[in-house]
Amino acid sequence: MTYLTRATACLLLLSSLAQADWRQFRGNETNGLSAGASTKEWAGTEQPIEWSAELPGRGLSSPIIIGDSVAITASSGPRQERLHVILLDAQDGTQIWERQFWATGRTVCHPKTSVAAPTPASDGERIFAFYSSNDLACLDLQGNLLWYRGLTYDFPNASNSLGMSSSLVVVGNVVIAMVESDDESFAIGLDTATGTTKWKVDRPRRANWTSPSLMENGDKTLVLLQSSAGVSALDPETGEEAWNYSDGASTIPTLVTAGSTAFVPSHGITALRPGTSNPKVPEILWQESALSPGTASPVVWGDGVYVVNGAGVMTKASLENGEKLWQARMRGPFSASPVVVGGKFYCINENGLAQVIDPADKGKTISTHEFNETVLGTPSVTQNGIYVRSDGHVWKVSLKY
Amino acid sequence: MPKPYLGLLALFVTSVMAFAGPVEDNIAAIKSVPPRGEQNVAAAKAASWLSQSATAEDLVPILAAMNDADPLAANWLRGAFESVTARTISDQKFPADQIEAFAKDTSNTPRVRRLAYEWLIKVDESAPKRFDLLNDPSPEMRRDAVAALIEQAEQADEDASRVIWQKAIVAAVDEDQVDTISKALKKLEIPFNYVDHFGLVVDWHVIGPFDNHEMKGFPVPYPPEKEVRLDATYEGQKGPVKWEPFHSEESDGAFDLAKLTEPHKGAVDYIYTEFNAGGAQDVEFRLGTANAWKLWVNDELVFAREEYHRGMRFDQYIVPGKLKAGKNTILIKVCQNEQDQDWAQRWAVQFRICNTEGRAVHPVE
Repeated sequence: MTYLTRATACLLLLSSLAQADWRQFRGNETNGLSAGASTKEWAGTEQPIEWSAELPGRGLSSPIIIGDSVAITASSGPRQERLHVILLDAQDGTQIWERQFWATGRTVCHPKTSVAAPTPASDGERIFAFYSSNDLACLDLQGNLLWYRGLTYDFPNASNSLGMSSSLVVVGNVVIAMVESDDESFAIGLDTATGTTKWKVDRPRRANWTSPSLMENGDKTLVLLQSSAGVSALDPETGEEAWNYSDGASTIPTLVTAGSTAFVPSHGITALRPGTSNPKVPEILWQESALSPGTASPVVWGDGVYVVNGAGVMTKASLENGEKLWQARMRGPFSASPVVVGGKFYCINENGLAQVIDPADKGKTISTHEFNETVLGTPSVTQNGIYVRSDGHVWKVSLKY
Repeated sequence: MPKPYLGLLALFVTSVMAFAGPVEDNIAAIKSVPPRGEQNVAAAKAASWLSQSATAEDLVPILAAMNDADPLAANWLRGAFESVTARTISDQKFPADQIEAFAKDTSNTPRVRRLAYEWLIKVDESAPKRFDLLNDPSPEMRRDAVAALIEQAEQADEDASRVIWQKAIVAAVDEDQVDTISKALKKLEIPFNYVDHFGLVVDWHVIGPFDNHEMKGFPVPYPPEKEVRLDATYEGQKGPVKWEPFHSEESDGAFDLAKLTEPHKGAVDYIYTEFNAGGAQDVEFRLGTANAWKLWVNDELVFAREEYHRGMRFDQYIVPGKLKAGKNTILIKVCQNEQDQDWAQRWAVQFRICNTEGRAVHPVE
């Protein structure tokens, strides 16, 4: 490789990092932190909406961003049996293509949620669209179907009458789905290229709406699966369990990791990391019962772990010992988890009120915006914008100066 | 042409004639895809070929292949169909006439007709005028027309709306539309029977309670699972139990065991009925219940579900099955657990038999 080629490659790499995608629920690292997002100055009660686009159906899945495209799922029809995948141009919100499928699994769910609840995922070349019916469609970026799985069609008792919502996660050439209910429950690793099963493991028979999270542990990436039983850390390639925390955990807010520490909604918040003396048993660093996340998942940023409770109060606690550092009341209630944009917390309540919180100023609200629609899905972020969706629309909030 | 080449040509022609064309071959490969991702590699190859290489003239054969495809294969085919369709629209080669003819042909499967129709109206906004949607035999096709009638009735004066609402209820099958129409009918004091409209089964024989303490009764085959003798007496959870007939008066057709019998906890009841079918047919057994349940039809276990108190909704479970001509026996095991929260006291079943589009199948005398 010549010097010029190397320099070009470096520039391309830097460029791609700067334009970082947001390829799965709570971002590529499943932690709600945006890579390279703007340090925009926030102020006032109106935020710049670059574009909005109508959606053909309901949904609370997050949009995902792949290069210059936004992929989003929706469900429609009298029983929400129509499953939509839509690709939009991130620049102006115009539709590039839309594909539909027929649900092969159950589409019944609580009226508050919808069949398009799990967030899709991407490996940069493919889109993996997943639904509460446990249908999983894999398409290329041109909208061609590459493969299809119906996980409830395969395992008919894998469903939940309230609806399911666990999002997908992609690690290497494996896409991982959690399908957990009061009846048949499992996690499954599928080959991203063909949809064939690489591994399948039984999971606790208990309804669960949390999503898989990633943890970096040395040179290995682990997938952490949370349930009412606790947390199981799996090798994403084989599904083999690396370690297990068995002291119970929440079935709604999902844990967050920072390096090789996991902050788990369990007995409040429990901080744990892989064990050293017995690698099968994680080491508990601290537990703080006063930190009680509601529906929104916790976030780690800087020296704190941030938790939003059911009353809409955000608490910052020390990463070191869980000690409360400050609390700030926001206007709730929240279903969407906060995301961190240029050092600020972007939080949207269920009524569609976006609140930008400054963690450096004890959680002061520095900007708001009324979307005037119910918003339950977690926003997604790239360098240029924040993407917010409701049942009817997706908006791009500009981060350009 | 020299003889050897003629021979080769003949061989080539024979080979081509011996096999179906590539479109048919690839469709066949997709239609044979089994569940659980087995043979996904072959199906993916076939779907990719169709998406990239099929042309406008292949669209109707792909649609037709969806008519009898299983739900999984139908989606694989749909993916290929939509890719090819999008390409032909972009190339201005969309075969609108053929697609319209397919959508109008009532021998095709309703949802595939609907798929054809929806792509057609993307390229031809005037197409709906050429369809008699309100009188279409398929509810999937009628839904838009019913929606239009609802809108019309809401705008009309009372006298005119009476006629429109009554026309709408005859055509409606989907619960959301039926709910809207039935509320309007009630306001106008026009009689409407929800139970009859959906074919809800409200007459059952009940026996119980049997023990379900700590939810241990779900797998236990109590006597009604071995035999249904309506004059039999068995030892139940709290003493001898026998079959008794009950009729639900609930307007939504729910068969409420807690109200009709007693709100036992940690208990199992069985409910039994007979359904006289006009002929052998494929049907769907549709249930709503917040309790764990098992369903037997003609002594065969059709489905079992161990989930408690995740809500009870209309058509919550849709179980494909078959009826034989004449008498069919239907037995349901309904399990109640011991949760003490207010929202965990429901012990009821809503059950109906319908065709695959949700239209009630009624028993014959």
